[in-house]
Amino acid sequence: MGGPLLELRGISKRFAGVAALSGVDFSLRAGEVHGLVGENGAGKSTLMKIIAGVHAEYEGEMRLDGRPVHFRSARDARDAGIGMVHQELSTVPELSVAENVLLGAQPTRMGVVSWRRMRAQAQQQLDAFGIHVDPRVPVGSLPLGLQQMVELARVLLSGARIIILDEPTSALSPPEVERLFALLARLRDTGRSTVFISHFLDDVLRVSDEVTVFRNGHLVESARAAVVDKPWLIERMVGAGHERLGESHAGNMLLGERSNAPVVLEAEALAVPGLFEDVSLAVRAGEILGIYGFMGSGQLELARALSGKLPLGGGVVRVDGRTARLRGGTPAAKRAGIAFVPESRRAMLFALEPVYRNISIAILERIGRILLRPREERRIAEGHVQSLGIRPPLVDRPVGQLSGGNQQKVALARWLTHLPRVLLLSEPTRGMDVGAKDDVVRIVRGLRDAGIGIVVVSSEPETVLSLADRILVMRRGAVTREFAGETVSKDRLLAAA
Amino acid sequence: MTISVAVPSRDSLGARLRGQLRNLAPLVTLVALVALFSSTSPSFATLANLSNVLQQVSITAIIAVGLTYVILCAEIDLSVASVANATGILVAFLTVQDASVNIPNLPLPGALAIAGGLLGCLALGAVTAFGVTRIGIPSFIMTLAMLQIGNGICALLVRGQIAYSVPPVLLTLGAGSIGPVPWIVVVAALVLLAGHLVLTYTRFGRYIYMVGGNREAAEHSGVGVKAVVGAALLICALCSGVAGMLGVAYFGSAQQNQFDNYLLDAISAVVVGGTSLFGGQGGIGNTIVGLLVLGVLNNGLDHVRMDSFLKILIRGLVLLLALVVNVYAQRLRAKYRSAV
Repeated sequence: MGGPLLELRGISKRFAGVAALSGVDFSLRAGEVHGLVGENGAGKSTLMKIIAGVHAEYEGEMRLDGRPVHFRSARDARDAGIGMVHQELSTVPELSVAENVLLGAQPTRMGVVSWRRMRAQAQQQLDAFGIHVDPRVPVGSLPLGLQQMVELARVLLSGARIIILDEPTSALSPPEVERLFALLARLRDTGRSTVFISHFLDDVLRVSDEVTVFRNGHLVESARAAVVDKPWLIERMVGAGHERLGESHAGNMLLGERSNAPVVLEAEALAVPGLFEDVSLAVRAGEILGIYGFMGSGQLELARALSGKLPLGGGVVRVDGRTARLRGGTPAAKRAGIAFVPESRRAMLFALEPVYRNISIAILERIGRILLRPREERRIAEGHVQSLGIRPPLVDRPVGQLSGGNQQKVALARWLTHLPRVLLLSEPTRGMDVGAKDDVVRIVRGLRDAGIGIVVVSSEPETVLSLADRILVMRRGAVTREFAGETVSKDRLLAAA
Repeated sequence: MTISVAVPSRDSLGARLRGQLRNLAPLVTLVALVALFSSTSPSFATLANLSNVLQQVSITAIIAVGLTYVILCAEIDLSVASVANATGILVAFLTVQDASVNIPNLPLPGALAIAGGLLGCLALGAVTAFGVTRIGIPSFIMTLAMLQIGNGICALLVRGQIAYSVPPVLLTLGAGSIGPVPWIVVVAALVLLAGHLVLTYTRFGRYIYMVGGNREAAEHSGVGVKAVVGAALLICALCSGVAGMLGVAYFGSAQQNQFDNYLLDAISAVVVGGTSLFGGQGGIGNTIVGLLVLGVLNNGLDHVRMDSFLKILIRGLVLLLALVVNVYAQRLRAKYRSAV
C-alpha cells in the first residue's frame, strides 16, 4: 500500500471556547478498517464530523490523496467520496428501501420517476453487498440493523471511498452485528476504507486493522489491532488515573457492604421489546443501585419503564412487596411510591414557571386537595432552596434562568418534601461543573441515608462510581454483570460493559 | 459549594415590559380602540352602548371560558359552536313548541329539558375527550369531526325547521334583564369569574398551566396528563352547551347554523387576549380583554358608519396582528426556555 488516502495534521476544534480537539494528527490508508475508541466527549465524533464536512470551521489541514482539501459542507465531502452513517439514522421510514437507497438520485424518464428502474438499481446495489432485503418494503418496517444497511447502501451508492460509521453496533442484536462485520470485510476487499467508532471494544478489536484511542480531545495512540488487547485500550482511554486530577473516582472505588435492609423495589423479568429483555433487580432500603451501560444499552429505557413513562412489554414491579400497576402511567407509579428524575432537564422542568411551582408540582395534592396554598408552596420551596444551596435563592424566579446544576437541584427538591419509596435518577450529573456535581452527590447520599431505595442509571462510569453502593452493568438490553461488596474501578466497569 | 451565577437582582424596565408583551399588547389595543371610537362618534361612549357591547359578547364569553382551558393545555376545540348549536336545539326539542312548529319533538318539563341539554353537551365532550386522550387523535382533527357530528345532530333534530320555545328559566337568563342589566351579561360574568377562580386557585387549574407549559415534565411529575386534558375538553363542551341554551333564548329561535360565527369569535377572543397558542401562558383575564377588544371593534365600526363589508376584512387583520404578537411573545419567552 502506498501513502495514506486521507491525512490530517494538527486538527483543533473549539466549541464555545471549549477545546473539543487539540492538535490531532490522523491518517487513514486505502482498504483499511480503522477503529476509533474513547470515552464520551473524547473527540472521536468531532474529528469524524470534520472529515465528513459537518463541521466546516476548524484549525489544521486535511489532505485527500495528497491534495489539501477543506470541506464546507457534508455535500462537499460526499462529492469527494466521503460518506458518514450517523448514530441517528437519516433514512425516511415511510419510504421504500429502493427510494431510500436512491434518495436524491432517483432514475427518471422524461422527468417522471421510473419505479421499475429504481427498484432494479436498488436491488443490484443491495445484492452487490450481500444485503438481502426486498426493495419495495418501507424502511420503517425493517429491523434496525437492516435500516442501517439501507443507509449504508445509500452512502456506498453515492460513490463513497471512505465510509464513517458512528456507533453502528450499539443497538444491534448479535446476528445483526455479524452481518455488519461481513459487510465491512466485503468493503475492505473492494478497496474502500472504513472508520468505525464504537464503545464496544471487543467489536473494534475484531473488525479493525488499525485502532486509535482518543482522550480529552487528544489522539493518545494508534496501533495495529492485531498486537493490542482490551486492557491496553482501556488503560489509554482512562489515562491511568494520574492525568485526571479533579476526577475523584477514576481510581479504585470500594463498594458498600451487602445490605440486609428490606427490599423496597423488586423487578422481575422486565422487558420492553427491542430495548431490553429479562431484566431483574432488587433495591434495598438505604441503598443506591447504579446501573451502567454504554449509550443504547437499555439502562435509560429501563428507568423510564420503571417510572411508568414507557409501557412495559412484560414483567412485574413490586414496591415494598406490593405489585405496582405501572400500566396507569406515571401517576400510578407515583402512587406506588416511585419517583423519577429524567436525564433531560427540558423533560422535567417548567422553564417559564417560578422555582416554587417547579418544586411543588409533585406534591400539590399533599398541600391541598382542591385549593392551592401558594404561601405554603413558597415556604416549602424556600426551605429547599436554603438547604440545597440553590442560587440565586429566589423562589419566584423562572427556573429557566437558573444554571444547569441549580436546575437539577430544583428537580431533586421536588421529591424531598414527601419522600418516595424509590427514586430513579437518570444521568443525574450530566453536563454539570464539579461543584454542582458534588452537591448533587451529597443530596442523593442524604436521601439514601433517609432510607429510600435509589436507582442511578448512567452511561458515564464516573457518575455510577461516585454514587452507587452496588452496580449492575447492562449490555445490549440485558444485565451482564453485578459488582457488589468489592473494589471496582473504571476499567473493570468498562471491561464488563 | 456556592456557584456564582451572574443574575441581575432586577431586570431592566424594558426587559420586564417585553416579558409582559402578551398581556400589555391587548390592553393597549383596547384602550386605543375605545379612545378612537369615543373621539370619532358621539354615540359610542354612552352607558347604553356599553350595555350593548357587553350583551353582544356574552355568548362568546361563555364559550371562550371553556376554550381558554383547552388552549392553555396546548390543545384546540373547533367544535364549540357546533356543540352550542346542538345543545340549544336539543333543549328546544325537549320543550313544548307552538302548534305552528312542525317538528316531531319530545316535550319534557323545563328542568328535565335543561338537564337533557347539559347531559347532551357533556356526552359530546366525553366523546371528544375519549378520542383525544385514549385513542390519541390530535384535538384539531378530533374536534373537526365533532363539529360535523354536532351539525348532524342539529340537522336531524330540527329537519330544516325553526323552533322557538325554550324553558322559561332559560328565557329569563338569555333574554331578560334585572333592572338595566341584561341577565345574559350577569351569567357571562359569573362564568368568567368561576373560570378564573378555578384556574387561579385550584390544583386542577395549576395542572392545566403545567400540562400546557411542558407536558412531558408534567407527566414526569406524576400529573395525570390525560385526565387533565380530558377534563379541559369536558369543561369546554359544558361551557359551549350553556352558551348554546342561553343563545337560543337570546336569539329567540333554535335553528341550524345560527352559531356559525361563534367558533371564530371565541378563538379570536382567546388569542387576541394573549393566551398562548402553545399552551401554558395566559388566562381568563386575557380572554376578558380579548372579548372586549373584539366587542368594541365590532360595535365601534358600526358607530363610525364603516362599510359593513370592510368590517370583515378589518376583523381579519386584527386577528392576524394578534397572532403575530402571540408568536412574537412566545419567541421572547423562548429565550428562557433555551437556557434549560
